[in-house]
Amino acid sequence: MSAECIHMRERGVDWRYRKQRSSRGDAGCSWSCCRGDNQGVPTDRAGRMSFKNMREYLAWLYYQYLLITGIYVLEPWEKSIFNSVLFSAIAMVVYTSYVFVPIHVHLALEFFSEIIDGQPESAMALMN
Amino acid sequence: WHSVLYLHSCKGTKGVKNVPQTDVSSRQFSHDTFEQPPMYVAVMTYLGYGIVTLFGYLRDFLRAVGLEKCHVAQEREEQKDFTPLYQDFENFYTRNLYMRVRDNWNRPICSLPGPIFDLIERVSDDYNWTFRFTGKTIHNVINMGSYNYLGFAENNEDFLKTVADKLRQYGAGVCSTRQEIGKFAIHEELEQLVADFIGVESSMIFGMGFATNSMNIPALVGKGCLIVSDELNHTSLILGARLSGATIRVFKHNNMHSLEKLLREAVCSGQPRTHRPWKKILIMVEGIYSMEGSVVRLPEIIALKKKYKAYLYLDEAHSIGAVGPSGRGVTELFNVNPADVDVMMGTFTKSFGAAGGYIAGRKELVEYLRSHSHSAVYASAMSPAITEQVMRAMKCIMGKDGTTEGIRRIRQLAENTRYFRAKLKDMGFIIYGDDDSPVVPVLLYMPGKVVAFAREMLKRKIGVVVVGFPATPITEARARFCLSASHTREILDEVLQQMNEVGDLLCLKFSRRKRSAFPDACKGGQLM
Repeated sequence: MSAECIHMRERGVDWRYRKQRSSRGDAGCSWSCCRGDNQGVPTDRAGRMSFKNMREYLAWLYYQYLLITGIYVLEPWEKSIFNSVLFSAIAMVVYTSYVFVPIHVHLALEFFSEIIDGQPESAMALMN
Repeated sequence: WHSVLYLHSCKGTKGVKNVPQTDVSSRQFSHDTFEQPPMYVAVMTYLGYGIVTLFGYLRDFLRAVGLEKCHVAQEREEQKDFTPLYQDFENFYTRNLYMRVRDNWNRPICSLPGPIFDLIERVSDDYNWTFRFTGKTIHNVINMGSYNYLGFAENNEDFLKTVADKLRQYGAGVCSTRQEIGKFAIHEELEQLVADFIGVESSMIFGMGFATNSMNIPALVGKGCLIVSDELNHTSLILGARLSGATIRVFKHNNMHSLEKLLREAVCSGQPRTHRPWKKILIMVEGIYSMEGSVVRLPEIIALKKKYKAYLYLDEAHSIGAVGPSGRGVTELFNVNPADVDVMMGTFTKSFGAAGGYIAGRKELVEYLRSHSHSAVYASAMSPAITEQVMRAMKCIMGKDGTTEGIRRIRQLAENTRYFRAKLKDMGFIIYGDDDSPVVPVLLYMPGKVVAFAREMLKRKIGVVVVGFPATPITEARARFCLSASHTREILDEVLQQMNEVGDLLCLKFSRRKRSAFPDACKGGQLM
């Protein structure tokens, strides 16, 4: 009884009509409060997620991306197809914006400044 | 005279506000909540389904071209020019989404479905088209999916002594239908007990819960009658209604304005082309809706039924034994006279740990059903051992076995329900349904998260039931927890702790309600 935790004792009391099996996978109490490790994401005492380094955080972000887009349920080759299509689309968007956005912004600013400066000029010309 | 009767009989409606509440346990109306998620959740859900549908089209194309082996049933070469049998669009969803993730459903159980159970471990080598067992068993998985509301799914020898005696006395099978030679004295006893339990004149029991609905509604209504049913009714009710041949009209879930409008229109216009009055109008509702966890607004429906002279069919599959201060169901919860409900139906599968169903009501109704029900004429009668299990469970709840075990279980279930729901709401999950119902749906919305949730919870040794598209609307996939009186506080704390972690890991806490900071769930039983 010494090494058993409160959950093992409770288990004996509450579930007495279930035969206690000695299972290979269960070494003592398997409940999260009494386990040393935590399956899945590392958590601190209060249950909030704590990432040790950037790599874990990025892995978790990738996992969220898989879940949200629904890719999580697909087979690996389908995941690769979708990722490559999405990556190439984003790459094309970035390249296009890099090449063309400064030019467009410059042209737009010129257009609007021409209107603003152009109007007083033409009114004065009319008056004269 | 009519208005006096109306006022007298509808004490529970919202209109009569100055009637003092005599009983603490009775309620005037249900507190259902159906919180809406933020908009981005709906967008992401549609996005997820859209992408998987696109890949489904790709895979179907590959299968049609022959680049990929087709695991589904196919016609033979000689029949390819005939009308297609198999590759319908209806199966598109099954082939391309369900098959990918079906390891989360139909998991084989190899022990008693009590609060803790064992699962057989199975793996798939070809992405869930076939499974094989590894030979290992996953022990001590917490059961949050079985309909075991009062914990009568137990294998305690002392409690099951009478059941074993009956099994020894009568054997296992009945070998006949009810009408031929399958009526046992023990069936009569149970019918009387059920009638006493509910508070009506008499009742009749059937061997299967689904068949109770689908085989008896055709006996009660026919062509020329009108069935007014809630939009979220169970398949057994819908099947029974369709089989009967009556006209079916649907009203919005738990919405009394919609119901009143339908009734008014039905009474005014009559049957569709001839405008003759309807022979019967039957309102079909359930006590607790199993996918939402919401409770029916019984006092208001009874007021409406009396006003428009309709009949009421109440299906208490999930609520009998599980709600009410002494487990008598929604009529006790709302303090309504059971004689006001014309046909009371229920099942023994959920709260009594057995199988089968009953229909109860006035003596004339039950006598009519004894001779006209398809289930009585053609279906096998209830097995004697199961009948004894229902009797011992019912006697335990009523207190007739001399112990307070029944009332203890009912109180434990009510306490578990309140605790679990309050804690989940505090954590930030979106929960549907009434505060008193032991069915707790937690909304997950996105298809990827539904699957990941089921797998993560199994990794943490908690077995949950997740429900997706055909059974729920496409944007509202959920995990459904069924609480039990046999769940102890430690079990619930463990489940809540794991839900908290999984909720953070998968980002499932969509609720925008103001909530308090979540205290440590394991505070009660922790050793650290």
